[in-house]
Amino acid sequence: MKSAVITFPGSNREGDVIRALRRATGHEPVSIWHQDMDLPKGTDLVVLPGGFSYGDYLRCGAIASRAPVMDAVRAHAAKGGLVLGICNGFQILVESGLLPGVLMRNAGLKFICKMQHLKVGRTDTSFTSAYTEGQIIKVAIAHGEGNYVADADTIARLEGENRVAFRYCTADGDTKAGNPNGSLNDIAGIYSERLNVLGMMPHPENLIETLVGGIDGRGLFESLSAFRGAA
Amino acid sequence: MKARVTVTLKNGVLDPQGKAIEGALKSFGLEGVDSIRQGKVFDVELSLTDKAEAEALLKAAAEKLLANTVVENYRVEILG
Repeated sequence: MKSAVITFPGSNREGDVIRALRRATGHEPVSIWHQDMDLPKGTDLVVLPGGFSYGDYLRCGAIASRAPVMDAVRAHAAKGGLVLGICNGFQILVESGLLPGVLMRNAGLKFICKMQHLKVGRTDTSFTSAYTEGQIIKVAIAHGEGNYVADADTIARLEGENRVAFRYCTADGDTKAGNPNGSLNDIAGIYSERLNVLGMMPHPENLIETLVGGIDGRGLFESLSAFRGAA
Repeated sequence: MKARVTVTLKNGVLDPQGKAIEGALKSFGLEGVDSIRQGKVFDVELSLTDKAEAEALLKAAAEKLLANTVVENYRVEILG
């Protein structure tokens, strides 16, 4: 698994993602600057980390999604390469058109920073094979704009094609009661049509050590580590 | 040439910020406010002189960056 982590001006979770990937895969991820035009040859996975790219000016992720490196990310995704966007990275993916919908201001207007339970969707993807379907995991969320919105047709399509990767829920799995931000269908993360692009608001990269609250995020990186396909 | 691009949320898209502003205005006792939707205004200075060319440029700017057409509409005005 060769991975590349992109840093935009205002990214701040790239270090956590690099550490999680290094730990799970045994390989050192390559750090990429947003002005770079290319990804390293043989890259399997590109990660867009969390943060506040361009200070969230205009719309969250809007300016970053037009950065030079994003053409290379689009090309990588088009040929089936893996792309993971976490938090601001998810916002960048929807702004870039790699995933449908949009992330609006949280319904309660507040920035939410807390531990959050999620229900894992399908597990036949490169991102979730180390989990079991319906498993409830506890990770962190930290966002002001995580309210997933899309038109009715898009939501129906995501559901029909089983492309909801994670849903917010309570500790005992109640998705409606566990929705922190008003997201439609309690959506916390979605896949692209070919399941090679995943965008999610929660932060699995921050839950890989018992010392800091739990290890439920490890599964995602262990799944990626098991990936053996060619990009 | 001066121009203005106005970006507004499409009908039916929930606007929690507009709602909060609406609530604040109502709490001042200002009568007659039914609802508020928040949008954005971009005032642009252009080095172009042709109006049609300016409109085409700003339309491209709105489509490419200024508006997210999934949830937003935009309007281009040439102010002269």
